[in-house]
Amino acid sequence: MGLLSKKDTKLITDPLADNNPITIQVLGICSALAITAELEASIVMSIAVLFVLGVGNVVISLMRNIIPSKIRIIVQLIVVATLVIIVDLVLKAFAYELSKTLSVFVGLIITNCIIMGRFEAFALANGPWKSFLDGIGNSLGYAVILIIVGFFRELLGSGTLLGIPVLGDAIEKTGVYAFGYENNGFMLLAPMALITVGLIIWVQRSRNTELVED
Amino acid sequence: MEHLELFFKSIFIDNMVFATFLGMCSYLAVSKKVSTAVGLGAAVIFVMAITVPLNWLLDTYILKDGALAWLGEEYASYDLSFLSFIMFIATIATMVQLVEIVVEKFSPALYNSLGIFLPLIAVNCAILGGSLFMQSREIETLGLAFNYGVSSGIGWFLAILSIAAIREKIRYSNVPPALRGLGITFIITGLMAIGFMSFGGMLTGGDEEVKKPETTIEAINTQEKELANTIKGTE
Repeated sequence: MGLLSKKDTKLITDPLADNNPITIQVLGICSALAITAELEASIVMSIAVLFVLGVGNVVISLMRNIIPSKIRIIVQLIVVATLVIIVDLVLKAFAYELSKTLSVFVGLIITNCIIMGRFEAFALANGPWKSFLDGIGNSLGYAVILIIVGFFRELLGSGTLLGIPVLGDAIEKTGVYAFGYENNGFMLLAPMALITVGLIIWVQRSRNTELVED
Repeated sequence: MEHLELFFKSIFIDNMVFATFLGMCSYLAVSKKVSTAVGLGAAVIFVMAITVPLNWLLDTYILKDGALAWLGEEYASYDLSFLSFIMFIATIATMVQLVEIVVEKFSPALYNSLGIFLPLIAVNCAILGGSLFMQSREIETLGLAFNYGVSSGIGWFLAILSIAAIREKIRYSNVPPALRGLGITFIITGLMAIGFMSFGGMLTGGDEEVKKPETTIEAINTQEKELANTIKGTE
């Protein structure tokens, strides 16, 4: 138990719900929406962000005393860009099909506001271990939203999860399709990602009224 | 014609915000007032108009597979495209810093109202996304790259301007408390994106769709003629 003090645990659990990077801090929406039509892509994207934010936070935190504040953004961008190149090359080598699906959105992890936001708000002011936990916590919070959105969009849009049909066969009319259920192809289109996130925010804020804006 | 097509395609069909969700962070954060939205939108157009052509030059003459051939035969086999992320973002960050200095000098009011978001243009996904899409869509000439940068910027400007205007009006509406602010903005953006999807047919498939009504009208005309003939026949 000595590994994580109470404060450290809070760093990880807070971003999961009450200080979620997407729904509360409004960071990192860009990539969150575009790739969530399939659950698999959402999971891979979450892992990529977990890696980049965890390692990046530590690197920035270690360098925080030697970075001149005027050029810190460029320094941060170079660190992130290097990490993202690693992710991109790994994806191209081991999951080529998936890297085609994600296309430019792997590159866009560089400009994912979560990463820059956490660098600015946390890593520049805290030690490496705390920054690491903060990075992990925030990317898990990001992953939660991505996976929820990806889950519903893939389930309702194409009736599959991770590419495996779970609602029966749409063509042979088995499973729920036997009762006249149809896939809602609209869920796969871009606008539904926005509306799904809007609904998640609605649910979250109805449950916790402290988060309601003015 | 090619330019015109790319121009309208980037503004309406491949709109940065509504089709690819780029630049959502600043889109959501700076869209509370129309005046600041206009400022940021203009800054985005300006930065994109500079960075996309610059990155096109970098891509064509340095990064692409075999792009270094102009240096001499022995360099023709180099493929530096894995460096494109780092090169693009470095160009963008430098240009943004430049814009920041210029805006601070010439328009302190705008500088103050944009606040933290001017440096954050560097991490605006729309800017980097513009360069990355320029690379992946293999835009052919420098002129087209410039066109693409400007028109994508205009598309983004249009999006943030319209959401800011709607958000100013929606303040007088009775939105459920939990949806106020962020939630309703997301849903409105979703609805606007559905609206923008209708532009999809603007440049493609127009010919086929025009023919259908013509043939049906002809069919109706012939039917009418036949009817008239049969009527005449009975008389």
